[in-house]
Amino acid sequence: MSGMILRLDDVHTDIAQYHILHGVHLDVPEGGVHVILGRNGAGKTTTLRTIMGLWRARKGAVIFKHHDITRMHVSDIARLGVAFVPENMGVFGGLTVAENMRLATRDGSFDTARLDRVQTLFPPLKTFWDKQAHALSGGQKQMLAIARAIIERRELILIDEPTKGLAPAIIRDMIVAFREIAAETTVLLVEQNFRFAGALGQTVAVIDDGRMVHHGQMAELVESQKLQDRYLGLSMAAAE
Amino acid sequence: MKDLNATFERFGGVMLLPVILAIIAFVLIGRPATWITLTAAGLAMGMMIFLMASGLSLIFGLMDVLNFSHSAFVTAGAFVGATVLGWLTLWIAGSNPVLNIVGLLMAIAVAAVVGGLIGWFFERVIIKPVYGDHLRQILITVGGLIVAEELILMIWGGAPLPVPRPEVLTGSFIIGEVSIEVYRVFAFGLGALVYLGLYLVLDRTRVGLLIRAGVENREMVEALGFRIDRLFIGVFMAGSALAAMGGAMWAGYQGLITASLGAEMMILVFIVVIIGGLGSIRGSLLGAVLVGLMANYVGFLSPKVALLSNMILMMAILLWRPWGLLPAVKR
Ligand SMILES: Nc1ncnc2c1ncn2[C@@H]1O[C@H](COP(=O)(O)OP(=O)(O)OP(=O)(O)O)[C@@H](O)[C@H]1O
Ligand SMILES: [Mg+2]
Repeated sequence: MSGMILRLDDVHTDIAQYHILHGVHLDVPEGGVHVILGRNGAGKTTTLRTIMGLWRARKGAVIFKHHDITRMHVSDIARLGVAFVPENMGVFGGLTVAENMRLATRDGSFDTARLDRVQTLFPPLKTFWDKQAHALSGGQKQMLAIARAIIERRELILIDEPTKGLAPAIIRDMIVAFREIAAETTVLLVEQNFRFAGALGQTVAVIDDGRMVHHGQMAELVESQKLQDRYLGLSMAAAE
Repeated sequence: MKDLNATFERFGGVMLLPVILAIIAFVLIGRPATWITLTAAGLAMGMMIFLMASGLSLIFGLMDVLNFSHSAFVTAGAFVGATVLGWLTLWIAGSNPVLNIVGLLMAIAVAAVVGGLIGWFFERVIIKPVYGDHLRQILITVGGLIVAEELILMIWGGAPLPVPRPEVLTGSFIIGEVSIEVYRVFAFGLGALVYLGLYLVLDRTRVGLLIRAGVENREMVEALGFRIDRLFIGVFMAGSALAAMGGAMWAGYQGLITASLGAEMMILVFIVVIIGGLGSIRGSLLGAVLVGLMANYVGFLSPKVALLSNMILMMAILLWRPWGLLPAVKR
């Protein structure tokens, strides 16, 4: 797997008695932003949660760098350098912004230069540093969730629909932030907002009904109306 | 209505409830001396219930574990404490107040240690296999409770066990017409100390931060790289130790105990955990003080409905705040 940071090989995941992923294949190159697209209920979140160890693959393998992480404990996967920003952001509302950030560090202390950079990227976090996180706006919570994932350098960041419910102006800021993040790490991004995904992604995979139905370069998909019609269908067009 | 709400929040919000309850009781009781005695009794009782409830609340909040055997830890603590007090009769009954107190503290400490050890055994053997499965948790912890109660009956027998009270803690402080039992003041002080300790650990340490975060969202704490299950065994042991400590204190308060002591307290403990908000230590304290005061005021005004009054209190609070007064998870 030269050049690949993550590989999913024929991954099957069940949630309770339901068979959700039906043999997912995915290669994520090292560095840059890589996108998973797909309609609602296609299995995007399930794929990310399976990588993170939050669901267990029943069959197949998840390989991160040289480690087989298929059956590893969530916390061990995190310690290998994988960060997860869930769809609901997973912000601890009863904790302050500072405490949320501190928990995301290995030993509870900040690299001040890095903290400065993160706060420059997301200024509201500095303003509300000692405020309880439940009082933040939706966009600010999203910033906090992403900031937690980058407060220490990770190898791979899994992000589930970061633009959900955000105003266009904030989405533009997010694009800037993601470009900076992707300069030092690999981002696997699940997105419904094709404009956002198209602006950032290098490669793209499209999932449908628990299977990958397309792999390719993002540029190719952005150019080709035909591919878009075929894989993204009307639901994505409507979201545009 | 909106103004009223804002004023209420400004003057302390739900923290005002015990004060409001005390004022209403003052009007209904009409005799200041009696009211002060009852208030002191209510606060002391509240603190002892707080010891029993705080652990249960954290255990549920952190791991979503429904632990119906919690009352066994309370009972075990009561009997262990009573037994140690019995061994130390010479110290306890003597006229040296230092030995009196040392003896009592030793009894409470031994009860707490035994409670913690039983907790360790319970968590590893009974609870661990049923993480995440509420129905089996109920069944197996109720089973564990029955076994534990039988064991207690086997060891200590069915006859009520008298509990010696340390000489310095007998009698009352008398100020004018007001009389306050010394033991109640001691119980209140000890409970307050435990609360302070818990508060400092939860608020000021990294482990405390992890526990507070874990109560809100266990999965996310693990996704940040921490093992909640390893933290949980510690919390479970601490919770069991606190329950046993509460049991030992309660035993000293009652003076005569039976194996059903824990089960009898459990109704109040559950009410406290529910109205305080699951997983919230501050909520447990507030709930325990409310329940303790209510039990004593109503117990005086109309003894027959004392327990009922606390159930009504719980229902009223749940209608008003479905997640309890001070929920750990901010929505
Ligand atoms: N906890 C669950 N229990 C049962 N079924 C689930 C559960 N979570 C997800 N599913 C099912 O798995 C399928 C995939 O869900 P998933 O959340 O991965 O979709 P998604 O692509 O992330 O969708 P969305 O864009 O709406 O977030 C859906 O059919 C969903 O109903
Ligand atoms: Mg999803």
